[in-house]
Amino acid sequence: MGKTYVVVAEVRGGSLRQVTLEALQAVSIAKEDGDVTTAVLIGSQITPLAAELANVVDGQVYSIDHPELEVYNPEAYLNVMKQVFEHVAPDVVVLGHTALGRDLAPALAAHLGAGQISDVTAIDKQDGDVLFTRPLYAGKAFEQKRFNGGPQVVTIRPNNVEPAAAVSSPAEIIELDYAPSGSLRSIVKDIVRKTSGKVDLTEAKIVVSGGRGVKSAEGFKPLEELADVLHGAVGASRAACDAGYCDYSMQIGQTGKVVTPEIYIACGISGAIQHLAGMSQSRVIIAINKDPEAPIFKVADYGIVGDLFEVVPLLTQEFRKVLV
Amino acid sequence: MNIFVLLKQTFDTEEKIVIENGKISDDGVKYVMNPYDEYAVEEALLQRDQHGGKITVVGVGPDRTAEALRTALAMGADEAVLINHDGAEADEYTISRLLAAYLGQQSYDLILGGNFSVDSGGGQVAVRVARLLDIPHTSSITKLTINGQQAMVQRDAEGDTETLEVALPAVFTAQQGLNEPRYPSLPGIMKAKKKPFQQLASSELGLNGSDTEAKTTRVSLSLPPQRQAGRILQGDYAQQAVELVHLLRTEAKLI
Ligand SMILES: Cc1cc2nc3c(=O)[nH]c(=O)nc-3n(C[C@H](O)[C@H](O)[C@H](O)COP(=O)(O)OP(=O)(O)OC[C@H]3O[C@@H](n4cnc5c(N)ncnc54)[C@H](O)[C@@H]3O)c2cc1C
Repeated sequence: MGKTYVVVAEVRGGSLRQVTLEALQAVSIAKEDGDVTTAVLIGSQITPLAAELANVVDGQVYSIDHPELEVYNPEAYLNVMKQVFEHVAPDVVVLGHTALGRDLAPALAAHLGAGQISDVTAIDKQDGDVLFTRPLYAGKAFEQKRFNGGPQVVTIRPNNVEPAAAVSSPAEIIELDYAPSGSLRSIVKDIVRKTSGKVDLTEAKIVVSGGRGVKSAEGFKPLEELADVLHGAVGASRAACDAGYCDYSMQIGQTGKVVTPEIYIACGISGAIQHLAGMSQSRVIIAINKDPEAPIFKVADYGIVGDLFEVVPLLTQEFRKVLV
Repeated sequence: MNIFVLLKQTFDTEEKIVIENGKISDDGVKYVMNPYDEYAVEEALLQRDQHGGKITVVGVGPDRTAEALRTALAMGADEAVLINHDGAEADEYTISRLLAAYLGQQSYDLILGGNFSVDSGGGQVAVRVARLLDIPHTSSITKLTINGQQAMVQRDAEGDTETLEVALPAVFTAQQGLNEPRYPSLPGIMKAKKKPFQQLASSELGLNGSDTEAKTTRVSLSLPPQRQAGRILQGDYAQQAVELVHLLRTEAKLI
């Protein structure tokens, strides 16, 4: 009997998240002949998304659609997954390493008595073993891990695996009823969306980051304009967050987010070891800093020594010209 | 209120990572309390100041873990428990089983932990513990208000702020912004020496080796490829902007 892979799909802003396609691709790398893939889609008014998801899944899609499931609630989503597991016994459960995945995956792992390998950046097969690569010390080192047995839970870091391609025959869609449980011990009261309409930092292909050098919350404006032109996201150093110029959710580094975009533009960031830990795996690094001795230039592919308030708007202008 | 804080000792974030004989070398390495756990300890202190009660910090690890636990005592926690376990064969499954076995014998209202550890970065243990104890959890919180047996928390979800109402007992993990951790004071450090400090072996928790056997194994370690310093552009700013965009198109082929 083959293995059953269960991918927990994720919806954001009414669309399937890219990381869900990446998780499906991760499964096709790990899979052997005879293994089956089941995707689980949880949310509210998700019928069109289930159809879309079915196009990239070669097994089944379980769809659980209920107004109460519109926002992620740890207990409700865990209950839904327990219900799914009554229909499909999972060997491997795969999620994105996102706010939802980071929260739900360990709960599923504990429920299943499973091992979990988090924040996977690459998957390889070697002598019949599946090996999962993941960062340690926020990317100052990498380890390869394998499971000692089953069941298994894996979270995939956004932006590191190619998205899955369409399959030749779409998956069968199975709708499950959601039985609301009146006795949830945690209830989501309110969500303030600060990021709606913006590109998510961890999924962005281009990240424009500001450090203490931006000098104020206002100082992030030119960076935001540049990011908008490039369809990128804005990040920050801890010093910028500590100074109150921006939200901690933007922090990149060892105690912040780890990003691996195609282009990382560091503006007014000195390049402390804790910051480098979070961004030094970016494909191309560009540094803009007044100080020619700033350590960031030691890791940057291209450096501009100068005042970010003059350089960044000029760059925005230039990109705007070539991107039309 | 009985408050427990899950605490891990990690490499200081300044440390460079060196691999020696297939292992990460800890030669001369400075260890600290996991930075996110500092927020958890601080929050425990703030909640105790407001609601009364006792704070117990619990760590799993080798003997040196006692240093991080003592730092928490010096910050103001009341008691510490070290569950001795040599980290070599442990994974998050193991650690959470040990912690849950200990906590299962205690009475608790609030369990706090860090959002993740800055070394192995798995982000699993606290949530697993909540499940093993069958109590609710909220991860990555930036605000906590307790009213009787009810907590109001704010959680950071990729920049969005979610507000949840959670029945205690519950597990919460601390995210940056929750508070400003204090430094241990000198009198705090003196007092810490006299505070109860318990050491436990996994056998004392009613667990045997196979109960806590790791579910995952590391097969190899590597360092990321070294980055070379690249090119510093020349000319006036406008020329540099033109050149940079040109290079991204022709050399890096990304635009
Ligand atoms: C436990 C711990 C965890 C940490 N985790 C993180 C983390 O996750 N992420 C992180 O980033 N840091 C982290 N840090 C902090 C880190 O050590 C540095 O303090 C921080 O990265 C510095 O931020 P910065 O480069 O923005 O500020 P600074 O080091 O102050 O650098 C500002 C730079 O801006 C330049 N500048 C000023 N004005 C201009 C201008 N007009 N134009 C161009 N350049 C200008 C200056 O030349 C300077 O190089 C951590 C520290 C500790 C102790």
